[in-house]
Amino acid sequence: MRNIRAVAANTFREAVRDRVLYNLVFFALLMMGAAILVGQISIDIEQDVIISLGLSAISLIGILIAVFLGVALVSKEMDKRTLYALLAKPVKRWEFLLGKFFGLVLTLAVNTAAMALGLYAALLTVKHSLEKSDAYILVAIYLILLKLAVIVALALLFSCFTTPFLAILFTAGLYGAGLFASDLRTVRGVNMDPSSLRVMRGVSYVIPNFQNFDVMGAVVHGHGVPGSFVAQATLYAALYIAIVLLAAAVIFSRRNLK
Amino acid sequence: MPQAAIETENLSKDYSYGFLNLKTRKSLENLTMRVAEGEVFGFLGPNGAGKSTTIKLLMRLIFPTAGTARILGKTIDDVSMHASIGYLPEQPYFYDYLTAYEVLDYFARFHGLTAADRHLRIHAMLKKVGLETAQKIQLRKYSKGMLQRVGLAQAILHDPQVIVLDEPMSGLDPLGRREVRDIILDLKREGRTIMFSTHVLSDAETLCDRVGILVGGKLRGTGAPGELMDIQAQGMEIQFALTGPNENLALLAKATRAGDNYRVQVAEAELYKALEDLHAAGARIHAVAQIKPTLEEYFMHLVAADRAQASAVEVSGR
Repeated sequence: MRNIRAVAANTFREAVRDRVLYNLVFFALLMMGAAILVGQISIDIEQDVIISLGLSAISLIGILIAVFLGVALVSKEMDKRTLYALLAKPVKRWEFLLGKFFGLVLTLAVNTAAMALGLYAALLTVKHSLEKSDAYILVAIYLILLKLAVIVALALLFSCFTTPFLAILFTAGLYGAGLFASDLRTVRGVNMDPSSLRVMRGVSYVIPNFQNFDVMGAVVHGHGVPGSFVAQATLYAALYIAIVLLAAAVIFSRRNLK
Repeated sequence: MPQAAIETENLSKDYSYGFLNLKTRKSLENLTMRVAEGEVFGFLGPNGAGKSTTIKLLMRLIFPTAGTARILGKTIDDVSMHASIGYLPEQPYFYDYLTAYEVLDYFARFHGLTAADRHLRIHAMLKKVGLETAQKIQLRKYSKGMLQRVGLAQAILHDPQVIVLDEPMSGLDPLGRREVRDIILDLKREGRTIMFSTHVLSDAETLCDRVGILVGGKLRGTGAPGELMDIQAQGMEIQFALTGPNENLALLAKATRAGDNYRVQVAEAELYKALEDLHAAGARIHAVAQIKPTLEEYFMHLVAADRAQASAVEVSGR
């Protein structure tokens, strides 16, 4: 645990010193611009626009960080050979991987929390007060964070056995496919033979189902999110991440460094 | 015989290359060697000889194709063994967003040192490698030599029994090399086992109890630098003074002269005959010494032999 904590803390420090959190400036400008603009063209949809824009930006910025930094977590340490001195210490390779994973998830959590504050500030500017239903935004943000953690795990897995470029492609590709995982399960092609449908259904269960984390539609319109849905999504993310990280640890523990 | 600190048995490493990785290149072949506790062992060899491969295998950064290795009696698969080992990678590169103090603090955490212990050890190490005044500067502003010193500091930070250094003198100016040499000698005096690879043969000659010479992935010789040179003794050198002309002395034809002083090399079997001739000619003998090759000459001899063998194989294979 001590080793994992040390690697995670250093990963977080690296992100901060490499100015990753500067994206918050962009987010703040976006939110301020949106608040001013919506205030001028108010047709009773200010709240919807602000929440929708805010959540989309939180998700998009988070995905970009998760994919690009997630892939760099291992590949950068191997390319720069900073890993050599570290792995010669009493550190197991899986501890290094877990530390890297938690370090980036911590970075994303801090980043997302700061953006959430920005979103609420913009909302307050537009509405001048907050309602109970606005608390659902936090649920949506929590689910976005779970989604980002799954993406980080995938990026970490791919960077354990392929080049950074391919790892980015694979992670982004799987994210894209995962947005339609539920649709794959229910697809009904006119001329599709049963075996193709079975394969498609099988694939839909293997790829990450990112629709499990999408509650933006409901939250934008002030609807609640059932606790069971959140619990299920949490359990799904935890299991999926555990399996992906286990695979990454198995691959990485056998990998020859250059 | 002292207990072995590092021992390898038939350690081999093949690398795959080419399309679909179908071809293999042998980087290290059946390396069997032993470094005794408290010994300074120099690992010599030209580029691509397999020195770094061996060290990376010992550090478990790469995995052997065949063979085994043990450090302090534990197999290298045992991660706990790393608590007693210090390692300096070749051309070390550390997190450049950290300062020297921070990078040492980071590495010290893996050894379970308390915050107070870490602070004390880090200051002692920074002083030892001469980075006390630069400890708060980010490593991205460090020169290659300064990074090498940080590397050395992190390798010995946790008071390891066995220290493995991959090209520790690389990138250092003469002063830096001298300082690293002094650190290695200090560590030796403290009874630690040190294994280091180097291209600089004079460093190996000065520091090592024993050296191993690796050429083309094969260990071509191990022994004390002096022993290895004895194997290749090349005859005797006589230094003498002779005044006046002496045309009958045949030895003068192959002697080098500086004023009345001469220096001549003869085969060991001809030594006494040469001395008698010089005595008869009235020469005053100043010194008689065995001519030993330098470690460099021995090394070059092995490398040349290996290359000749490799070209012979290539020709016969055509």
